[in-house]
Amino acid sequence: MIWWRKKVGLPEENKEEGQVLGETQIEKEPELENSERREGLWKRLVKGLQKTRDHFTSRIEQLFSGRKTIDRELFDELEEILITSDVGVAATRRLLNNLEERVERESIQELEILYKMLEEEIIGLLSIPAEPLDPNRADPFVIMVVGVNGVGKTTTIAKLANHWKTEGKKPLVVAGDTFRAAAIDQLAMWAERVGVPIIKQRPGADPSAVVYDALDAAVSRGYDLVIIDTAGRMHTKSNLMEELKKIRRVMAKKIPEAPHETFLVLDATTGQNAYSQVKTFKEEISISGLILTKLDGTAKGGVVIGICHEFGIPIRFIGVGEGIEDLRPFQPELFAKALLGH
Amino acid sequence: MFEGLTSRFEKIFKYLRGQGKLTESNIKEALREVRLALLEADVHYRVVRDFVKNIEERAIGQEVLSSLTPGQQVIKIVHEELIALLGGTPAKLQLDGPPPVPIMLVGLQGSGKTTTAAKLALMLKKERRSPCLVPADIYRPAAIDQLKVLGSQINVPVYPSQKDLKPEEIVRDAINFCKSNNCDTIIVDTAGRLHIDEPLMEELQRLKQILEPREILLVVDAMTGQDAVKVSETFHEALGITGVVLTKLDGDARGGAALSIRAVTGCPVKFVGIGEKLDAIEIFYPDRMSSRILGMGDVLTIIEKAQEAIDEEEAKKLVKKLKEDSYTLEDFRDQIRQIKRLGSLERIIGLLPGVGMLKELKNAKIDPKEFIRLEAIINSMTKEERKNPDIINASRKRRIAQGSGTTVQDVNRLLKGFEEMRKMMRQMTVSTGIATSGKSKKKKKKRTFFPF
Ligand SMILES: Nc1nc2c(ncn2[C@@H]2O[C@H](COP(=O)(O)OP(=O)(O)OP(=O)(O)O)[C@@H](O)[C@H]2O)c(=O)[nH]1
Ligand SMILES: [Mg+2]
Repeated sequence: MIWWRKKVGLPEENKEEGQVLGETQIEKEPELENSERREGLWKRLVKGLQKTRDHFTSRIEQLFSGRKTIDRELFDELEEILITSDVGVAATRRLLNNLEERVERESIQELEILYKMLEEEIIGLLSIPAEPLDPNRADPFVIMVVGVNGVGKTTTIAKLANHWKTEGKKPLVVAGDTFRAAAIDQLAMWAERVGVPIIKQRPGADPSAVVYDALDAAVSRGYDLVIIDTAGRMHTKSNLMEELKKIRRVMAKKIPEAPHETFLVLDATTGQNAYSQVKTFKEEISISGLILTKLDGTAKGGVVIGICHEFGIPIRFIGVGEGIEDLRPFQPELFAKALLGH
Repeated sequence: MFEGLTSRFEKIFKYLRGQGKLTESNIKEALREVRLALLEADVHYRVVRDFVKNIEERAIGQEVLSSLTPGQQVIKIVHEELIALLGGTPAKLQLDGPPPVPIMLVGLQGSGKTTTAAKLALMLKKERRSPCLVPADIYRPAAIDQLKVLGSQINVPVYPSQKDLKPEEIVRDAINFCKSNNCDTIIVDTAGRLHIDEPLMEELQRLKQILEPREILLVVDAMTGQDAVKVSETFHEALGITGVVLTKLDGDARGGAALSIRAVTGCPVKFVGIGEKLDAIEIFYPDRMSSRILGMGDVLTIIEKAQEAIDEEEAKKLVKKLKEDSYTLEDFRDQIRQIKRLGSLERIIGLLPGVGMLKELKNAKIDPKEFIRLEAIINSMTKEERKNPDIINASRKRRIAQGSGTTVQDVNRLLKGFEEMRKMMRQMTVSTGIATSGKSKKKKKKRTFFPF
């Protein structure tokens, strides 16, 4: 409302039927389920995203029902929906400006088309051209997982190990968080549950030494995938960021290309600070992929829309629960649909 | 990425200086900036909307104080309203009543409950209470171990929970454990859970019934976005929380969630977490949070930090000097000495305004030896020179450099840095409404709060 210039020429006299969106979309989900090989997984995904979608469905429904024309008020309400999903002011403005321009240029009069366009815009920003994530391109393939405190790194590592184990890989997890109380035990318990080996040392040990050992072990014992847990750290603490750099240096001594992937874990509950996290981690240690956790709550994680676009880093996975099965590959289309409640 | 509200305001109001009244048109742009700042700080959309409306009503027609620009006047109003919304004055824990007094910590996964439990225990211990810790998170792997480790670090008894016990059983038995250990406060750490997870929310209600806690504290991550409203609303409805702990404020999140939560629950934020160490917990000060949300830095916290290390008199003198703008190189030398006592420099830097500046300072890689050199340079000056650096001419500089075993460039750098710092302090005191005047020379100030 405040931030876009008033535009002239928005179609005012469109008397066509306002499409009620959302009502029919609910039926679409079972289709997804049936068409999918791993039904259980999809059920969980749908369930996980359901809450997100429910919330949006009702709001989008409200927004579109009883409305006949595309007007400023509609844009104001779209703005509210996007901002309350943590999309942020700048990205919301970008999305809605584009939308407004297209509405004008293409003389769009139907709400349903407008809605589809918004979805497309979101998908566009989320689709980052990137090589497919292929852990077979190196042996061992080394993944380092980083992020601020409590975002879900350790749990995600258990999920990742489980994911690739079922695909026939031989993963090894590494207890690189030697700082937080009981962090090693936590990963050890997960490793046991997933049924993968763990490399660990005692609390307080030098994480780089643990990692070096782990790479050694992976090579000599034939593990083809190494997933490294690191202590949660505020991106603003330079000494802790230095520690990550050191881990990378030490790693490269053993395997020059390692880590092959560095995943930054983001919590979907996080608001605009996620920008600062991505920016700093990227600058300090370079990040190759994002993982967005806790999408099973009511938080939308909309902040990633702007982040993907601005930093050009792809989201690889999402977390939709606390169990080892609750990991999904990221799909922009599904995410956008869930966000808008389609 | 976030520019402080103050500097944005300066831009808008440059051309408005000297206007008599705040009118609808001249505050419109200012309020737009306020709105943006609040949204960027993650305050909830609706909370922002109501807030801005209130400000507008309050501001229109007000006389602009002669000492202020209209922008500063609006900031002043916004700042005051924010402080009021955040609760005005700090709120304390309510722990009166017959011991053992129960405190229960609840919140989403990963918000920082376990660490906060241990921090509270340590804090209460310092206040001569004898707390015990009760791990009731049987779900997350090693959550019980985590609290046990923390408890042993601070020498506080921890109830020996087992993960095959039910939380209800743990809590019931812990009351006896507490009594037999002569503890007067029970701090219960519960499992992180989603507010929409009904079975787990019901579990919390049962725990509440058994414990009858005096305080139920909702632990919220300061980085939380718009969802803070729904989360706190749901927890409050289910449990009737009595307060909030805002964690991870040692990062650079602006913490607008604090405002949203306060607006929907009416519950005060009682503490903030500012680090992973167990003493990194502080009382929540609404005025500081207001500055932070607006991106105006936190000069008061810095002053108070100094207060802890220095004695109170010294700190008062410092505030006075900041106000009167009579800060000298001698004061600066005192501060250098005190900084050594202040502990982690990073923590202090973390309190300074402006994300950009943090970055600059970090890149500067502050070397403790640098302090020694700075001190040596100041030591080599005469009293007169310390009071009035303007008299330090080229030959004096050479003498000082020689005396301190440094170079003229070193001396120049110190003098320049000191000047920048004074300017910046002046500006910071403006932001927090202590004094007035001060122009924006943002770029330079950013680089050189401390002259190294
Ligand atoms: N609901 C939900 N909870 C999650 C998800 N991922 C992780 N969690 C929970 O979030 C909490 C923190 O997870 P951890 O894996 O310990 O997070 P971390 O980043 O390793 O934490 P630190 O090592 O302490 O920084 C745990 O209670 C997890 O069960 C998710 O996708 N959904
Ligand atoms: Mg962890």
